Amino acid sequence: MLAKIYVTPKRGVLDPQGKAVAQALHALGFAEVGDVRIGKYIEVRLEGAAGEEAAGRVREMCEKLLANQVIEDFRFETVDDGGKRS
Amino acid sequence: MKWGVLVFPGSNDDQDALWALSSVHRQEAIPLWHKDPDLRGVDAVVVPGGFSYGDYLRCGAMARFSPVMQSVRAFAAAGGIVLGMCNGFQILCEAGLLPGALVRNRSLTFVCKRVWLRVENDRTALTRCCREGERLQIPIKHGEGCYFADESTLRDLEARGQVLFRYVDAAGEATPEANPNGALRSIAGVMNASGNVFGMMPHPEHAVEAIVGGEDGRKLFQSLIEELEERAARGGGSRRRTTGRAT
Repeated sequence: MLAKIYVTPKRGVLDPQGKAVAQALHALGFAEVGDVRIGKYIEVRLEGAAGEEAAGRVREMCEKLLANQVIEDFRFETVDDGGKRS
Repeated sequence: MKWGVLVFPGSNDDQDALWALSSVHRQEAIPLWHKDPDLRGVDAVVVPGGFSYGDYLRCGAMARFSPVMQSVRAFAAAGGIVLGMCNGFQILCEAGLLPGALVRNRSLTFVCKRVWLRVENDRTALTRCCREGERLQIPIKHGEGCYFADESTLRDLEARGQVLFRYVDAAGEATPEANPNGALRSIAGVMNASGNVFGMMPHPEHAVEAIVGGEDGRKLFQSLIEELEERAARGGGSRRRTTGRAT
């Protein structure tokens, strides 16, 4: 099982990195670009866990460590990768 | 009084804090390695600046899991004085011992310079030797020092006098130009609701000797020393030797 976790800055939290990238995209002629927010993508491989239980564990990991909920939101999906080890 | 300065892998202002306390303020000050939960009977704990654990994941995120931090948590809960500076402030926020968080500077650049701080509350253990409205010149050096908390937390902090310092200009005004990192409401330092855990991005330990550019930082250490001496004179209080052994 593979958990794909996305951590993004909360609305209202200044994201100067996103702002700078938006400006750069404008400078490159991508006039359609609006807001850009930059976060993190984290992959966690889970051994022997599945379904609801695995999702609950991943949520706990996010709440306890992977995201700081004062400034960040998180969402995740779990996909079956056939037990493949990287 | 006896002070403990935490040392994590990646701490780099621990020696400066030890120097400021021992050589300048004539205190007993010892390093406390992060793997050892024994606080050795210290009267106060300093969480120093640096890049603990390489700032992995988020600044301060990993340090809070260190064995020593479990003892610091109990020490703080019992009323013990804890001061975090720069990365120490970030660690205390990540550990939930202080409200809010520190995020990337608005400028996206690392900022290293002397700034003016205005003392917002002089009725605290950290500022009792200062006057409210007094300006202190203290250096900053950080890339992630932009203080953030949600609106209701900010309101509470201000209503309860938990905002210790704001970044100001030479005239004492908290202007956007004088704000070096984009901190909300120009906040440079806060304390917890109980008034025993303090965090600030500026480095008072780098401002204790005129020969290196100023000694305004002394007032903060002197404040804590007076507080600790007063507590000791009152009979120690409940916070002493709650963890570790007295040596």
